[in-house]
Amino acid sequence: MERKHTDREYDRELDALREQILLMGAKVEEMVKNALLAFETRNVELARQTIAMDRQIDLLEIDIDEMCIKVLARRQPVASDLRFVMMTFKHVTDLERIGDLGVNMCERVLELGERVVLRDASAAVVRMGSVAQQMLHDALDAFVASDAHKAQEVIRRDQQVDNYYAQLFPELVTSMMQDPNLVSQATKLQSLGKYIERVADHATNLAEMVVYMVKGQDVRHHAAEANREN
Amino acid sequence: MSPFLEPPDASMPAVSRGAAEGKSSPSASEGRSPSTAEIALSTKANTKMHAEKLSAYFGKSQVLKGIALPILEKKVTAIIGPSGCGKSTFIRCLNRMHEVVPNAHVSGEVTLDGLNVYGRDIDPVRLRRRVGMVFQKPNPFPTMSIRDNVLAGLRLNGMRVDDAESRVERALHQVALWDEVKDGLDRAGTSLSGGQQQRLCIARSLAMEPEVILMDEPCSALDPIATARVEELIHELRADYTIVIVTHNMQQAARVANYTAFFYLGEVVEFGKTDAIFTHPTQRRTEDYITGRFG
Repeated sequence: MERKHTDREYDRELDALREQILLMGAKVEEMVKNALLAFETRNVELARQTIAMDRQIDLLEIDIDEMCIKVLARRQPVASDLRFVMMTFKHVTDLERIGDLGVNMCERVLELGERVVLRDASAAVVRMGSVAQQMLHDALDAFVASDAHKAQEVIRRDQQVDNYYAQLFPELVTSMMQDPNLVSQATKLQSLGKYIERVADHATNLAEMVVYMVKGQDVRHHAAEANREN
Repeated sequence: MSPFLEPPDASMPAVSRGAAEGKSSPSASEGRSPSTAEIALSTKANTKMHAEKLSAYFGKSQVLKGIALPILEKKVTAIIGPSGCGKSTFIRCLNRMHEVVPNAHVSGEVTLDGLNVYGRDIDPVRLRRRVGMVFQKPNPFPTMSIRDNVLAGLRLNGMRVDDAESRVERALHQVALWDEVKDGLDRAGTSLSGGQQQRLCIARSLAMEPEVILMDEPCSALDPIATARVEELIHELRADYTIVIVTHNMQQAARVANYTAFFYLGEVVEFGKTDAIFTHPTQRRTEDYITGRFG
């Protein structure tokens, strides 16, 4: 998109949209990072601060949606411009939901309190969170760099997070069966695992849209075929 | 009767429909544009007309440079491109209107149902009955009534019109003008609004019962409502006619055309399904032009 439009006002509108979606992406990434750090360090204050960030995400969602609608109405974008606007329109939804998941994660951190039990499962949640956070980071990087290859790498890693969750769940069930006193903590860890798994899913959606934006190719729901090409 | 109106036979010069396969984007240097054969396969549409190595000149100035392009039957093909790219010249070559201009000439071939329209025995007047044209500015004959305007093409061609009234009604129905003018068919054609006049001109073309209709920026002088009516008409007409539309309005091309060809400096840069051209064109120059980045 390095070539300029003849009408430079159009460029300014698209640049403004790009800046806003990047800002939203950065804030959401920060929320996820803080939520995971709050869990790992059982930092309830950080969890509270992170929950408060969600308001900014919600406002950005409304702002970017409106910008997209205006560009669509006024410019009737086509080709790469259309793909960029449509990608942004869909990115907003995924980012907002990731923000909500960050809030959910922090709420569970507040419920867990500062005492760490189920150390192995907690460590597994941290590892899983680390992969999901990196996926989100890389999906946003791929967007900034219009890097379809990097986006496809993100798509591929989603399976790794799914596998983590598939291992975590039975471990927690076993723990609960062995010691009913752990049920409350274990269910919160299970929820955290699920939220992280959903973050990875949304990061995958972001990456799929980056591939679409760059290549005009829809890789949703058949990522396996897309991966085989590489 | 000109052999042109008879079924193809061995005595007529013919170009196979596959002759231009793989040449639909002669300037392609980036991504690959789907070939004519791929497009024909994906739609199962017949090639109604076909330009092959078509060059057109005004005196020594070459405006078309070896165009290879299929026009698929009962589909709408839009020709887009900046001013001076040769798109109007191209459609005027399809029914031999180009050669009407002094010093203008053509080389290469254009086929209609496999027959070369530039063949020796072809009568251009008869050809133009099969390949009609609608122009940029509505041009009803100013001294004629609405009725006579519809019949003008037939009468000027010396054709007997035994069923004049029914032909007039049918053509005006086809362009959705009948209800608006049926009580005043003797009024001057020029008394109608611009949009109605353009639909009258399309009716005049339809009365000749053409197979192909060439439209040279048919809506550029019309307001958005009149434009929408003509576009709705194009949607209706494509069930029975092959349509080629030249337009500067890319949104119009996106709305009405099944296929779009992007012309630049007398060459076809890209030809493909309209949806593909407007969402992920394969050629950088197409992308730059349709997104408004053209320098």
